[in-house]
Amino acid sequence: MATFFGEVVVAPSRAGLDEEEEAREETPEDREIRREIEKKREIDVLWTWQAGGRAQEPLVCSRFIVAIGRNAAAFLSSFILDSVCWEVVGVVKLWNEWCRTSSTTNVLPTDSFCLFYRLISDPTVLLCQCSCYVAEDQQFQWLEKVFGSMQKKGLQVTILSTCPVADYKTQESTLTLASPFLKALKTKEFQEQVCCPLLEQPNIVRDLPAA
Amino acid sequence: MFIPCDRGGDSAGPDFKGFTLLMPAVSVGNVGQLAIDLVISTLDMTKVGYFYTDCLVPMVGNNPYATAEENSTELSINAEVYSLPSKKLVVLQIRSPFIKNKYRLFCETLLSWVKSSKCARVVLLSSSHAYQRDDEQLLGTPLRYLLTPDLEKAVGGRMKELNWKEMEKVAAYPGISDTDKVLHIPGGGITKLLFTESCSEGIQMAVLLKFCSEGDNIPDALVLVNYLNEWLQLIKSEVNPSSQWKIPSSWRLLFGNGLPPALF
Repeated sequence: MATFFGEVVVAPSRAGLDEEEEAREETPEDREIRREIEKKREIDVLWTWQAGGRAQEPLVCSRFIVAIGRNAAAFLSSFILDSVCWEVVGVVKLWNEWCRTSSTTNVLPTDSFCLFYRLISDPTVLLCQCSCYVAEDQQFQWLEKVFGSMQKKGLQVTILSTCPVADYKTQESTLTLASPFLKALKTKEFQEQVCCPLLEQPNIVRDLPAA
Repeated sequence: MFIPCDRGGDSAGPDFKGFTLLMPAVSVGNVGQLAIDLVISTLDMTKVGYFYTDCLVPMVGNNPYATAEENSTELSINAEVYSLPSKKLVVLQIRSPFIKNKYRLFCETLLSWVKSSKCARVVLLSSSHAYQRDDEQLLGTPLRYLLTPDLEKAVGGRMKELNWKEMEKVAAYPGISDTDKVLHIPGGGITKLLFTESCSEGIQMAVLLKFCSEGDNIPDALVLVNYLNEWLQLIKSEVNPSSQWKIPSSWRLLFGNGLPPALF
């Protein structure tokens, strides 16, 4: 399409499907490259108590709190986590274009990491601090591998995350909005009182918190 | 793939045998998806389940068709199924784009679900880039249809009565006159793949599409949904058919928030 200055620009389509990608048939080399990339992008969930680091039996869990993103992870570090009451029980190892995590559990706040902690006084309470970015194609895998390791009956999951105020859709301008503010989404199975208003349409949640 | 909502004693899940499956392609201007939103909202359809799939980008929000405080808190995700048994209609809404390299898998899984749930036919709402039209397509109606051979036998005559225009095939190599003609739907997302697969698997599928560009696509969605209505008669088409469709509450603020007063 022609812009105001006269140059022709290809506008990205909301169809989200790359035309060239669609038209081109995959050669065996392409398939091999794609498989290698997929293997590199695989997620590993390593639990500390199992020899060899692989969980065998489902973890019994009554409450699972997941903090996604640097702000939420920092919140847990500042107000909840300490070495007396909580112990590290697992780590997620992954790689994508934005970040790489390692299997070390000794991390700095500025690192990208994804760690699991357990409350020593009640080992069914699990906490996850995920400050790394989990890419679109890895989100489902993260979900299946993490939740696949736990017994889900009677499990209550709380997800903490942050979004920029500028992304919040509201009738008035976000400039005049008193921020920060809390909003929540809950499943109908969650019967307890929610501590803040629910997220109104047309606002939505994306990425790992949505998954 | 399809997970039914819990509905008490119905352990087998909803029955779609003989139903028409209406669904969008994620395509230019998201016109198909907007049109589907209008259908679900106007007919007040009930959600009967969702697709558990790793092929679509995850998203979640509250009920996009909420009309009051009471019904606004039901969670809604990226691929959900609604039904209206009185019209033998089942509708799939897709709310996010495909994850890279996953669209083929989605199409395969979708078509096998269509076969296993014994839907009578599939109607796919889609769109195509307006700027890719040739000289003839620039004139006349921007709406087109396609029918798989199995559906052509059943409803081809009705399309002729309605005076609808079939999507033209284009030369495989533009500029060279004596080449094979192929189906080309630029900006149509998975439309062409779903259509060609349905043809080879004997699925009765109709594609209804509109030529359009990115921008405010609400008018395009209204035109497409009225086009659909000419055939399926989902609502009574009165003098002004566009006013019969109910705009969902989630369509608010499509073009951004209110302006800061400090701007003036």
